[in-house]
Amino acid sequence: MDLQVDESGRLRHLLTIEGLAPDLITAILDTAGSFTSVTERSVKKVPLLRGKTVVNLFFEPSTRTRMTFELAAKRLSADVLNLDIEHSSTRKGETLLDTLRNLEAMQVDMFVVRHSQSGAAHFFAQHAAPHVSVLNAGDGYHAHPTQALLDVFTIRTRRPDLENLVVTIVGDILHSRVARSQIHALRALGVPEIRVAAPATLLPRNVEEMGVQVYHRLEPALQGADVIIALRLQRERMRGAHLPSEAEYFRYYGLTPERLGKARDDAIVMHPGPINRGVEIASEVADGPRSVILQQVTNGIAVRMAVMAMTLGSRGGEPR
Amino acid sequence: MTRTRIRGGRLIDPAQGRDDELDLYLDAGRVAAVGRAPRGFRAEREIDARGHLVLPGLIELSAHLGSGNPADALRRETFAAAAGGITTLCTPPDLDPCIDTPAAAELIHLHAARHGRAHVVTLGALTRGLDGEHLTEMGALRETGCPALSNGRRPVPNSLILRRALEYASSHNLTVLLHPQDPGLSEGGCVHEGEVATRLGLPGIPPAAEVIGITRDLALIELTGARVHFCRLSAAAAVDQVRRARERGLPVTADVAAHNLLLTDRDIDGFDTSCHLVPPLRGEADRQALRAGVADGTLGIVCADHRPLGGDAKRAPFGATVPGASGLDTLLGLGLTLVGQGLLDLTGLVERFSLGPARLLGLSGGRLGPGAPADLCVVDPDFRRVLQARDMRSGGHNSPFVGRELPGRVGHTLVGGEPVWDADGDDA
Repeated sequence: MDLQVDESGRLRHLLTIEGLAPDLITAILDTAGSFTSVTERSVKKVPLLRGKTVVNLFFEPSTRTRMTFELAAKRLSADVLNLDIEHSSTRKGETLLDTLRNLEAMQVDMFVVRHSQSGAAHFFAQHAAPHVSVLNAGDGYHAHPTQALLDVFTIRTRRPDLENLVVTIVGDILHSRVARSQIHALRALGVPEIRVAAPATLLPRNVEEMGVQVYHRLEPALQGADVIIALRLQRERMRGAHLPSEAEYFRYYGLTPERLGKARDDAIVMHPGPINRGVEIASEVADGPRSVILQQVTNGIAVRMAVMAMTLGSRGGEPR
Repeated sequence: MTRTRIRGGRLIDPAQGRDDELDLYLDAGRVAAVGRAPRGFRAEREIDARGHLVLPGLIELSAHLGSGNPADALRRETFAAAAGGITTLCTPPDLDPCIDTPAAAELIHLHAARHGRAHVVTLGALTRGLDGEHLTEMGALRETGCPALSNGRRPVPNSLILRRALEYASSHNLTVLLHPQDPGLSEGGCVHEGEVATRLGLPGIPPAAEVIGITRDLALIELTGARVHFCRLSAAAAVDQVRRARERGLPVTADVAAHNLLLTDRDIDGFDTSCHLVPPLRGEADRQALRAGVADGTLGIVCADHRPLGGDAKRAPFGATVPGASGLDTLLGLGLTLVGQGLLDLTGLVERFSLGPARLLGLSGGRLGPGAPADLCVVDPDFRRVLQARDMRSGGHNSPFVGRELPGRVGHTLVGGEPVWDADGDDA
């Protein structure tokens, strides 16, 4: 049984890109496209989710993702509750399931969940009441589907010919839920060549079986690339002996203007944020003309509106 | 002591080389005769086993008891054992309290004698509190009835300590059970390191962790001459190492958990927490190598690696759940599945699931010749059922086989010649 898509092919939850039909992904992106006009108006609201309650359940800190989910819900006229985990009862030993049950008892319609454990969103979806939708806002190293959707949305805006593109993802693939979801999304939409570039310590085993080409040096990985995605390097990786130093990482894997010269002239540079300037990306590149990093943030709102509208909107008339 | 005749069953007894329709006569808790009744034998009880198998009761090499007070736990888990055709449970030392003193072992023996439906054999701790640093009073543990020692899944990282432990254990003629693992390489992992782990973003344990563990342990076995049994192999390369060591004449044996013969890491897809196991379910090539090891006897024992867990233990995101499967209810069904798949014949089933563990630990069970203990089960091998969690008798319903069809129904189980399970009575 597919947990996230119902019998008629509609989205019940969004947990992972893996297994989503390309048509459904395209439909989400098209819907997001229709919402970009809303976000550009002076009155940035539509009444699609009026009377619905969305809970942002963030067990891990986040700024951008949580804010854009909140904005997306508010622009759809939903009521939004932000659960501050630092002060919640889970800190007092309440289990995840109890937290879920208690919130459901408050007639919540949607959970937006971020958690440090891979599979946490699946866990919520498996145990949620039938009328409740779960959106994965990042679970462990597993998936961050809305980030991947906003990334392919951003790519598609610039380069609609996805079936001709070479996309290079640089950085800590091992610990990146973003990279995993991006790979699934790019493959589903027919991108023919996806490259990952990182030292072996930051690449998961058998990653090539996900349909990517592995590079340990950045220059050849950038050769002829249309899209370059830099991933954030988490500083705690130094302690785990994945890397000797940030300086050495930047020396071999930092995205500099010189290295960018290997890519195609019209290549775009992306980053899911937050960026470490001088660690994975040079400021000249992050702020340069090829960078679409801030457009990614803007697009994040429309994409999250689309996902919310498609999951909750399809359940509008159901009785409780 | 009731004189009993088991009539017309297909008796499988590899110790005597028997696989034939033979009556079995039990008296004074032991097998009195096979085939023909002893002179003057008059049965007070007769069990009709026609069309069914008569097997030595299974011996489970590693049965945790679950939480709760030991009396309740023993009552519950030995009942599940009896219902599953298992007549002996060996408890590993990592119970609460740890079996690192004669008193702790005696407490288990006492409760088992009072409340148990099956024999319970305690495996003693190799180091105090399993700390990997200080030797237990091995001689005293042996005198209390611990036939072997183990450090559970806790490592003994210091090779000098392990060397001393092996030397001292062999001075007391004790076999040592080791779970080979390099603790650094496996730290933080919860699944086999491979394509599935990569896709699901779960931290992996490479097979090399087990291989490094075995390599070190084999070197120490060579050094000390100690008799060692390797527990729960999961990796193809580890099976090869044990096979080669045995060919070299080293005194080593090994086992595998039944679920590792039937499942792979693909079964965790969708974050199925019932498949969160230690050692992890590995890839198909590893599974095939484990099966080959069972077939050629490199892996002489198949066990349930029984870890009954409460409901909450598996109700969390995958990595936050407690590893382990409840296996007493399914052990015989999994064994018969292997027979159905042609990996083992019924003689092989009894060797791996009963006679093998008996030989390892020097127990008198696993056989049904004259004089052997009357520990046996009568099994309908053709019966099939879909396993439901609510039908499991162990306190733990954490089985990856819930919802799957398993063969076999245990009609009767006898321990010391007395019935401890009667499907038509107990199962009504």
